[in-house]
Amino acid sequence: MIYSIEEILETVRMIQAEHLDIRTVTMGINLRGCISDDIREMNKNIYETITSRAGKLVSEAKAVEEMLGIPIVNKRISVTPIASLLDTPLAGKKNAIEGAVSVAKTLDRAAKDLNIDFIGGYSALVHKGFTTGDSILINSIPEALTSTDRVCSSVNVATTKSGINMDAVLLMGQVMKKTAAINPIGCAKLVVFANAPQDNPFMAGAFHGEGEPETVINVGISGPGVVRAVLSQMDNSDLGELSETIKRTSFKITRMGELVGREMAGRLGVEFGIVDLSLAPTPAEGDSVANILEIMGLEKCGTHGTTAALALLTDAVKKGGAMATSYTGGLSGAFIPVSEDSGMVDAVKSGAIGIDKLEAMTSVCSVGLDMLVVPGDTSPETLSAIIADECAIGMVNGKTTGVRLIPAGKEGEYVEFGGLLGGSYVMPLNKFSSAGFVRRGGRIPAPIQSFRN
Amino acid sequence: MAKERAVITVTGIDHPGIIASITKALADQDVNIEDLSQTIVQGLFTMILIADVTGRDLSKLQQTMARIGKKQGVQITVQHENIFKYMHRV
Repeated sequence: MIYSIEEILETVRMIQAEHLDIRTVTMGINLRGCISDDIREMNKNIYETITSRAGKLVSEAKAVEEMLGIPIVNKRISVTPIASLLDTPLAGKKNAIEGAVSVAKTLDRAAKDLNIDFIGGYSALVHKGFTTGDSILINSIPEALTSTDRVCSSVNVATTKSGINMDAVLLMGQVMKKTAAINPIGCAKLVVFANAPQDNPFMAGAFHGEGEPETVINVGISGPGVVRAVLSQMDNSDLGELSETIKRTSFKITRMGELVGREMAGRLGVEFGIVDLSLAPTPAEGDSVANILEIMGLEKCGTHGTTAALALLTDAVKKGGAMATSYTGGLSGAFIPVSEDSGMVDAVKSGAIGIDKLEAMTSVCSVGLDMLVVPGDTSPETLSAIIADECAIGMVNGKTTGVRLIPAGKEGEYVEFGGLLGGSYVMPLNKFSSAGFVRRGGRIPAPIQSFRN
Repeated sequence: MAKERAVITVTGIDHPGIIASITKALADQDVNIEDLSQTIVQGLFTMILIADVTGRDLSKLQQTMARIGKKQGVQITVQHENIFKYMHRV
C-alpha cells in the first residue's frame, strides 16, 4: 500500500478523536481603494469590495473540508486597518465617531451576509503617535464593538523599533473600561498589541497590514489535543525525547495548514500568504495547552516549572512547523488564552495560576495575556499598567505580545461567554495603584536591542 | 488529467457483507480499487481502500458511503489522498 495502515489510521484518529482541525482560513482584503470623502459612499465601496472578493470563501472552504475530511472551524476576513481609511471622510467632522461606527456596522453586515465568523481590522497602529483617523477609530471602539457582533478590533501601541506609546496605553485602558461598561463581551473582540503581526489569521488581532497583496489567504492551524495524545504515551521519556515528539507532531499538523492554504488559494484564485503554526486550544475537554504542560509532569498548569515547560513546547512547535510550510507568519507558537482553554480555567479555579505567572509565561510563548476575566471594578489605570507590562515584554524580547482582558463580575465569580470564547473565573489583580506611572504619558523609548542596523 | 485518489477508511464491528456492500457501490460508480487492506485494530474491523477517483464526483461518493455506513453500522470516511501525502510524505 502507498501509505501504511498506521499512517492512515493516525491521520483519521487525529481528526476524529483528538480534535485536529484547521482553526481558521482567513482572507486578507485591501480596502484602500474604497476611500471616499463621503462616508456613505465609502461604506458602499467597502461592502462591495468585501462581498465580491470573499463571495466564495465559505462555499470553497466547505468543499475543501469535504474533500480532505478535515474540519475548517472558522472562516474569517481581515481588512486594511480601518483607521487609515477614516481621515479623508471624517477628519474635522462633528459626527466623526458616528461615521466610524457606521464603518464597523458595514463590516458586520458584510460578515453576516457572507456567513463569515469574524471580521478583523477595525484597527489602528499608533506605536509612535496618533493620526486623526487613529484617534477617531480608537474613540469609537466602545460603541463599534458593542453595536456589532462579528467585528474585531486591535490597536498596536508598541514596537521594538519605536518603543511604547504610553499615551495610547493609557487611552486603551479607558477604552477597555468603557467597552466593558456597555457590554463586557465587547472586550473579547479587542486586543492591544506590541509588535502586531501584519498577516495574523487569528482573532481578535487579525488585520491586513502594510506590505500585503490585494487579497490573500492565511491559515491558522490547531491541535493541542493531538500533542497531548502523543505525549500521554511517553511517561518514561526525558524532555529531549518529548521535544522530538512534539516537533514531529507539529510537522504533521502544520502540513495540514499548508495543504488547506494552497488548496483554498488555488480555488479562489488569490495568493497564499502564510501558515500560522500555533497550538490554539478550544474549550473542548482535552483540547488544551494547559493539559499538555500537565502531561509533561506538572500537577497543575501554573506551578513552578510551567514557564520552562511552555518554552520547550513553543520551541518544539516552531521547529517542527517551520519545515512543514514554505511561509510561516502570524503569531506562530503556543496560545495560552484562559477562558478558551478548559485546563487553564481549572488552573485558575484551583488557584494554581494567577496573572503574575501568566505574564511570565508570555515571555516564552506567542500572544500574551489573553482572555483573562478581571474584576469589573478594575480601574482604567490598572488595565493600562497591565498593558504596559505586556508591551515591555514584547518590546524588549522582539516578539508579539497582546492583551485581551475582560473586566466583568467580582473576584472568584464565573463568567461565561459561550462558543469558542468559553468562560472563566474572575482573576484577582494586585490591589496597589499604578495610576501615577501610567498617567505620566509620553513614550517609553525603544530599547537598545532595536539598533540593529 | 492528473490521477486523483481517495482513501476510504472503514471501522466497526465485523460482520458478513461489509466489504461486499462497499466494493459493489464503488463498482456501480465505475470507481477502480487500487489497493485494499483489512485488519483488526483493537478488536474492530478496519479496512482501508485506495481508489482511483480521477474525474469522479467525490462528494457523491461520500454520500453513498455515508448511506452504506449507516446501513452496515460501520464508520466510513472518504478523503482525498492529498491529506495523507502531505502529512506523511516529505
